[in-house]
Amino acid sequence: MTATAERRPATTIFRRPRSTTGFWGWVTTADHKKIGIMYGYAAFIFFLVGGLEALLLRIQLSSADNTFLTAAEYNAAFTMHGTTMVFLFIMPISAAFINYLLPLMIGARDVAFPRMNALSWWIFLFAGIFLYSVLVFSDPAAPAGVEGVSGNLDPADNTVLGGMPDGGWFGYQPNAGPFYSPGTAMDYWALGVQFLGLASLISSVNFIVTIFNMRALGMRLLRMPVFVWMSLVVALLLLFSLPIIAIALFMVTFDRQFGSLFFVAEAGGDPILWQHLFWLFGHPEVYILILPAMGIVSEVLPVFSKKPLFGYAAVVFAGAAIAFLGFGVWAHHMFASGISPVAQAAFGLSTMTIAVPTGVKIFNWMGTMWGGRLKFTTPMLFAIGFVAMFVIGGLSGVTHAVVPSDWQQTDTYYIVAHFHYVLFGGSVFGLFAGLYYWFPKMTGRLLNEKLGKLNFWTMFTGFNLTFAPMHWLGLQGMVRRTAYYPPEAGFDFWNLVATVGAFIIAAGVLIFMFNWWRSKKHGEPSGIDPWDARTVEWTTPNPTPEYNFGVAPTVTSLDDFWHKKYAEDSEGRPVRRPEAEETLTNLMETGINPPHPIHLPAPSYYPILLAAGIPLVGWGIIYHTSFVGKLLILVGVLVVASASFGWSMEPLEEPHDEHGDSEPSGDGYSSLEDDA
Amino acid sequence: MDAAAAMDHHDQHESTGIDHRKLGMWVFLSSEFLFFGALITNYLLYQGQPGFARPYPAEIYDIPFTSFSSFALLMSSLTMVLAHNALARHDQHATRTWLLATAMLGSVFLGGQVFEFTEFITVGAMKLTTNPAASAFYMLTGFHGFHVLLGILMLLTLYGISRRQGELSEASGLNLELVGLYWHFVDIIWIVIFTVVYLLASVPAGVG
Ligand code: HEM
Ligand SMILES: [Cu+2]
Repeated sequence: MTATAERRPATTIFRRPRSTTGFWGWVTTADHKKIGIMYGYAAFIFFLVGGLEALLLRIQLSSADNTFLTAAEYNAAFTMHGTTMVFLFIMPISAAFINYLLPLMIGARDVAFPRMNALSWWIFLFAGIFLYSVLVFSDPAAPAGVEGVSGNLDPADNTVLGGMPDGGWFGYQPNAGPFYSPGTAMDYWALGVQFLGLASLISSVNFIVTIFNMRALGMRLLRMPVFVWMSLVVALLLLFSLPIIAIALFMVTFDRQFGSLFFVAEAGGDPILWQHLFWLFGHPEVYILILPAMGIVSEVLPVFSKKPLFGYAAVVFAGAAIAFLGFGVWAHHMFASGISPVAQAAFGLSTMTIAVPTGVKIFNWMGTMWGGRLKFTTPMLFAIGFVAMFVIGGLSGVTHAVVPSDWQQTDTYYIVAHFHYVLFGGSVFGLFAGLYYWFPKMTGRLLNEKLGKLNFWTMFTGFNLTFAPMHWLGLQGMVRRTAYYPPEAGFDFWNLVATVGAFIIAAGVLIFMFNWWRSKKHGEPSGIDPWDARTVEWTTPNPTPEYNFGVAPTVTSLDDFWHKKYAEDSEGRPVRRPEAEETLTNLMETGINPPHPIHLPAPSYYPILLAAGIPLVGWGIIYHTSFVGKLLILVGVLVVASASFGWSMEPLEEPHDEHGDSEPSGDGYSSLEDDA
Repeated sequence: MDAAAAMDHHDQHESTGIDHRKLGMWVFLSSEFLFFGALITNYLLYQGQPGFARPYPAEIYDIPFTSFSSFALLMSSLTMVLAHNALARHDQHATRTWLLATAMLGSVFLGGQVFEFTEFITVGAMKLTTNPAASAFYMLTGFHGFHVLLGILMLLTLYGISRRQGELSEASGLNLELVGLYWHFVDIIWIVIFTVVYLLASVPAGVG
C-alpha cells in the first residue's frame, strides 16, 4: 500500500497505526469487539474493588458498636462502593455487552463511529482512574478551593481510606458542599462522575446512530432483538438525563472550587434543588442500570425455553414506556424532604404507574417459559434468578411508592434491601446470565457448566442471606448510612447473617473467576451455535472473526436464524429443517473464508490521546489555585486540542487502491488486506 | 476487483438514508437542548428569589449593548447560510469569505461577552460569588460563550483546510453542514437566553 502513504495529508501528528495485534493493537483499536472486551475486564476489576468496599462495610456492621472502621472510613467506603458499582461496574459492563453485541445483532461490521467508540472507552477508563487517584492525592484536612472554610474532621479520621469521597453516591447538598465536606475528596467525586458521564454521552450518540443507520438488509425496527431495543432505550435515557446531572455536577464543582452559591443555604442557595436535579437524572439512571440486563434475559429465556419471546412487541413497548415514565417519578426519592403534599401525591401515583409496564415484562418472561421445554443451563438459571429477585425488588419498590409507608421506610435498610434486589438480584444476575451465554462468542469455548451451577447457587444463596434480612432490619428501624447501631437495638443477629451472606457472595464471585480463567483455555469448544440460538449474532463463527460476518446478513423475520433452522408442524411445534446442518456448515465456511475483501475500521492513536487530556484538566481544576494546577489545565487543554486537530485531519478512511471511491460510513474504515 | 466485490464493500448502508455524522449531530444537539434547558431553568429559579445580596443580574444589565452583540451573533447565522450556499454553488472563494465572516461575527459576540463580564464584575460589583442568581447567570452565559468559542474554532479549522487545499472536498462539505447545524443551534439558544434571561428578567419585589 505505497499509494496510501503518498496520499496521506502532511498534517498528521502521527503516522496512522498499522498493527491490529499486540499491545498497540489494543491501545489503538477501533474494533467494537476489542473495545467491548476491554470495557468488560475493566468493569470487572472495578466490581472487585466495589466488592471489597462492600465487605469492609459488612464487617463493620457485623456487630453492634463495632470499631473495625472509623465513621469517616465507613462514610467513604459506602460512598465509593455505590459510586463504583453504579458508574464503574454496571454501566461499563453494560457498555461492554452493547459494544460487543449490538453490531453483531443487527448484522453490522462495527458501530457508526468506531474511533468515537474508542474515545468513550478511554475516557471511561481514565475517569475511573482519576476518581480513584483520590487515594493517592487526597488530603482530608485541607480546605477546599474556597477560602475561609474550616475543616470539621477529627485528625484521627485522617486515614487513606477515610480520605476518599464520603458524601454518598447521591452527593446530597449541603453535606457534600465546601463547608461540610472540606478537602478535595468530593471534588474528585464530582469531576470523576462528570467525566464518566461524558464517556456515556458519546457512547449513547454512537449507539443511537448505529441502531438507526446500520441495520442489516431486512432488519426492520420490529425485527431487532430485544437486547438491541433495550440498548436503544438506554441510549436515549442517557442522552436526556446526562445533561441534567452534568449541570448539577458543574454546580457542585463551581460551589466548591470557585465560590458560587448554588447550594449554600446561608446565601439563599437551594440544597433541595440538588436533590431534584440528581434524581431527575438518578431515576432514569436506575433504568439505565436495569434495561440492559432485561434485554439479556429477554434473549436468554426464549433460547432455553425453545419458544419465541412471549409478546415481543409488548416487551419492547413496555421498555420504552418505562423509560418515558421514568422521567416523571424522580421526587419519590424526596418524600421526606418537605415537598408539598400535592407533589407527594402526584409522584406517588406516577411511581405506581411505572410498576405497570414493569409487571407486563414479568408476565411476558413467565409466558415465555410457560409450556416451554426448559433447559436449566447456567445462563438460564441466572435469567430465572433475575426474574424472581426482580419481582421481590419491584414489590418493595411499590411499597415505597405509597407515601405514608415510605415515611417509615425512607433512609432505613428497607430501601437498601429494595435496591439491592433490583440491582444485584436484577441487573447483576442478568449480566451474569449474559456472560455465560455469550462467552463462546468471545472465546469459541463454553464456560464450565458444573462450576457455573455452583457459581449460581452460591451467589443466589449468599445474595438472599445478605439482603433479605435487610427488609426486616429496616422495618425495625435500622437506619442506613451510619457506621454504628447500639447493642440494645437487637439488630446484631440479622446483621451477622447479612455479613456471612456477603462472604458467600464473594466466594461465588471467586468461583466465577476461576471458571472464566480455566474455560478460556480449557473450556469445551462451542462450535458455531452452541445453544441452538435464535438471533443473527450466532450466524458467525466463534470466536467472532475480526470482520464479524463473512457475508453481510439479510434478515427476513424476527428470530431470523431460528427460522432458517426450524419450520413448524401443523400444530405449531418447531421441526428442524433437513437442511439446517448444511446451513450451519455454510455459515461456518463463509464466516471463516469471506468470499470478498472486507473493509474494517482503521486503528488510531487519537482517541486515547484525547482522552488522556481530560483527567489532566480535572486535576488542574482541583488544584487551580496553585501553579501546578494552572499548568495541568493548560497541558490538558493542549492535549485535547491537538488530539482533536490530528483526529480531524486523519482521513476518514484509509484510501483504497482498488477503487478510489469513499465509504459511505462516516468513520475510518480501511481494507483488511492492508494489514496482511 | 469485480462488481460483486465492490457491492459487498458497500454493505454498510445507512438504513435511514441520513449520513451517520448528520444523524449523530442531531442526536447530540437534542441532548444539548436539555443541557441549556437545565441551565436556563436554574437561572429562572434563582433570579426571582428575594433577599439575596445585591446586585441581582437584572439590576445591572446593559440591554442596548447586549442587543448589539446579540445582533452580531444573529447575523452570523445568516453568513453561515451564505457559506453553505456558496459551497453548494462550488464557489470556493465565497465559501471561505463567508466562513471567515461567520467566525468574525462570532468573535464580536464573544468579545462583547468578555467586555460585559468585566463591566459587571468591576463596575456592577456582581461576581460569581455575590449571590446564587449571579452564580447562575455566569454559569449559563459562560457555558454558552464556551459553545460559541468551540464553534469559532471549528469554523476556523474549516477555513484553514479550505485555504490549504484550495477547496473544500465533498467530505469537508458535509463537515461544513455539521458545523452549520451546530452554529445555528448555539444561535437559537442565545435567542432564548437573550429573551428570557435579559429582556423578560425582573427584579424581585422590594429590590431596587
Ligand atoms: C417497580 C419498580 C420500582 C419502583 C416502584 C421503585 C420505587 C422506588 C422508590 C419510591 C424509592 C425511594 C425510596 C426512598 O428513598 O424512600 C426507590 C429507591 C431506589 N430504587 Fe427503586 N423502584 C423500582 C424499581 C427500581 C429499579 C429497577 C432499580 C434499579 C435497577 C431501582 C433502584 C433504586 C435505588 C438505587 C434506590 C435508592 C437510591 C438511594 O436512595 O440511594 N428501583 N425505588
Ligand atoms: Cu426512583
